Amino acid sequence: MATQTENWFSRSRTVARPGYSRWMVPPAALCVHLCIGQAYAYSVFNLPMTKLIGITDSAPDDWKLTELGWIFSIAIFFLGVASAVFGRWVEEGGPRKAMFTAACCWAGGFLISAAGVATHNLWLIYLGYGFLGGIALGIGYISPVSTLIKWFPDRPGMATGMAIMGFGGGAFIASPLSVWLMKQFTTETHIGVMETFIVLGVVYFVFMVVGSIIVRVPPDDWKPEGYVAPKANKLISSNNVYVYDALKTPQFWLIWVVLCVNTTAGIGVLGQASAMSQEMFPGQITPIAAAGLVGLMSLFNMGGRFAWATTSDYLGRRNTYFVFMVLGFILYCLVPYMGSIGSVAGFALCFCIIISMYGGGFATVPAYLRDMFGVRYVGAIHGLLLTAWSAAGIFGPVLVNYIREYNVTHNVPKADAYNTTMYIMAGLFVIGLICNFFVKAVNERYHMKVDDRAMSAATA
Amino acid sequence: MQSNDSQTTKAQLVMAWGFVGIPLLWGISQTLLNALQLFK
Repeated sequence: MATQTENWFSRSRTVARPGYSRWMVPPAALCVHLCIGQAYAYSVFNLPMTKLIGITDSAPDDWKLTELGWIFSIAIFFLGVASAVFGRWVEEGGPRKAMFTAACCWAGGFLISAAGVATHNLWLIYLGYGFLGGIALGIGYISPVSTLIKWFPDRPGMATGMAIMGFGGGAFIASPLSVWLMKQFTTETHIGVMETFIVLGVVYFVFMVVGSIIVRVPPDDWKPEGYVAPKANKLISSNNVYVYDALKTPQFWLIWVVLCVNTTAGIGVLGQASAMSQEMFPGQITPIAAAGLVGLMSLFNMGGRFAWATTSDYLGRRNTYFVFMVLGFILYCLVPYMGSIGSVAGFALCFCIIISMYGGGFATVPAYLRDMFGVRYVGAIHGLLLTAWSAAGIFGPVLVNYIREYNVTHNVPKADAYNTTMYIMAGLFVIGLICNFFVKAVNERYHMKVDDRAMSAATA
Repeated sequence: MQSNDSQTTKAQLVMAWGFVGIPLLWGISQTLLNALQLFK
């Protein structure tokens, strides 16, 4: 019977009845992830926003690119903060409440940003897209994770891979859609950024709310038909670990380092691929071809999320990360060689595989956490782990940009300026390999006892 | 506890997947067209 505090958003109101197909849950998750994945395409607004006053060229009062760059940085910072802070709330409140909250914050962020553009107040955009949008990113990113794992105990990697693939794929929709919308609203005396923000806010709100409407959680102890639990395996735990107890285990921090290494290696080249490819292959890769390479890498980023996470259901999570670390090491060592022999195809292939593993690392890690810490708080623990992403967001670009800058100022030819960075990245994979090697089963003393389970169920 | 009283039909599944799949496929096709520039 419904209690007085229960409402449409409550977890208990989202419990599925017999006959509900679990295949409705991945599209529900994709409704959210495809929308918040827009963040990867935010840069399409940067140049138009530097000409809001001058229209054809930047006027003295127009915003600078350096000022606009902070919008994305603030959003990613608050993604990490929100996923860590609200992880437990998301887990205990259920996916519908979390998805709807993310929808409100995401759409609200766009609308506040539209007001910022209309009044030419950058602080409103920092507040809207940066702060509120960042919170939406954090809550939205982790909201479907544990629900998917519970619906697909037989293939948790594939299930979370599908959702997280959507985060990679969101930019594919947002980028051309934003460009098209701006074109529709732009006149000779006005650049249509504000209207585009309003339309995107409304469209994303509708999409995300549809996700929150169709999402369901399985009844307690539900299992898919014919499901046979995996044989006793030290690396797949059937016990749960409380979210903050997970922080006390070495396993959490080892996986944190592994994810950070994998993300650092990917994010560093993802952001600089265009410039790097043109400098390593002068005359061979034009700016247009470089843009094509970036698009190709984005496809591998998205495809890798699904492909690697699905593969991890068969290989095992730790073995999949072993593949990432070993293959990453080999490929990063090969990149300078490809540059020296002028092989554009070899260079593109190396980076596409590296980027597929970057995406694959994100998509495989929720299932890795589930194997280690059980399913009860996996979403919240995943939220805490995403701080590794924030850290990698600093390490990756710093490693690529600053070492290149140092080499160029010390008379190293531009074509060779990235070699040191490639070898450092390869070295990082060795550190990741060692950390992954030391991931063992979580000590029994961290497992939740029956009383703890009852208490957590009562608060859910 | 109050449950939802919906049984999933094939039409609902097709609609749900189409709702997310069609925009995604459109976006991928646009990106692929741009990526082809690399090989020209």
